[in-house]
Amino acid sequence: MTFVFYLSAAVAIYSTIMVISRVNAVHALLYMIVSLFSVALIFYTLGAPFMAALEVIIYAGAIMVLFIFVVMMLNLGKQAADQERKLLSAKGWIVPVVLALILIAEFIFLVTHGNVHALAGTSVEPQAVGKSMYTSYMLGVELAGLLLLAGLVGAFHLGKKQQSQPAEDEE
Amino acid sequence: MAVIPMEYGLLLAGILFSLGLIGLLVRRNIVFMLLSIEVMLNAAGLAFVVAGARWGAPDGQIMFMFILAMAAAEVAVGLALVLQMYRQFKSLDVDSASKMRG
Repeated sequence: MTFVFYLSAAVAIYSTIMVISRVNAVHALLYMIVSLFSVALIFYTLGAPFMAALEVIIYAGAIMVLFIFVVMMLNLGKQAADQERKLLSAKGWIVPVVLALILIAEFIFLVTHGNVHALAGTSVEPQAVGKSMYTSYMLGVELAGLLLLAGLVGAFHLGKKQQSQPAEDEE
Repeated sequence: MAVIPMEYGLLLAGILFSLGLIGLLVRRNIVFMLLSIEVMLNAAGLAFVVAGARWGAPDGQIMFMFILAMAAAEVAVGLALVLQMYRQFKSLDVDSASKMRG
């Protein structure tokens, strides 16, 4: 059963190497998503299923989508068309697909065959995490909320500023 | 059933962190640099979860959630800065923004 951990670790390292060595930003993002999925699988084998879900939902689902949106916004006419053409060729996506299939096979194997919690010795249930988080880490939770608010206001301000500058110039 | 040694998990976290650091130092495209920072944050979170699993304590997972919140805030601000920089310099090269105005 431990081979799931080692295989996921190998996939994570390989896809991270591909992330930092790609020229095309979209390819790098594809590999980054695969890397995050493999880390999520590692969390699952380590007895942290809630963190695995959060990794997929927040990291792969929200943060990477934000990256992809920005990369899409930065593209210009011809360059974007070239990139689009490259995306359609099999060379760009075949390796991430193979890596993702490995991860899916591991996950199906774990769900159908495995007593996952034995892998890490002990499993920490989401209930214990929540209980500890809202008692001894209450201050940290509130600070994280403040940080997210600051990030929201900061991103809004930075994104808006450019639009208000031409208006000032007109005046 | 064999248990995964904590050393291997920490080794993996170290390798991923080093890869992120290498990416940050080598690449000059600001999108890739932000992506490398994400890799490093993720590796740090992995180290926390591995250590939490070793001791059977929820603290590691709580730290990972804080890292997650921090990464989300950081990426929102960072990408807004990337958009601003692209509008101003028409380039994603960080070296184009190496001069101060004063």
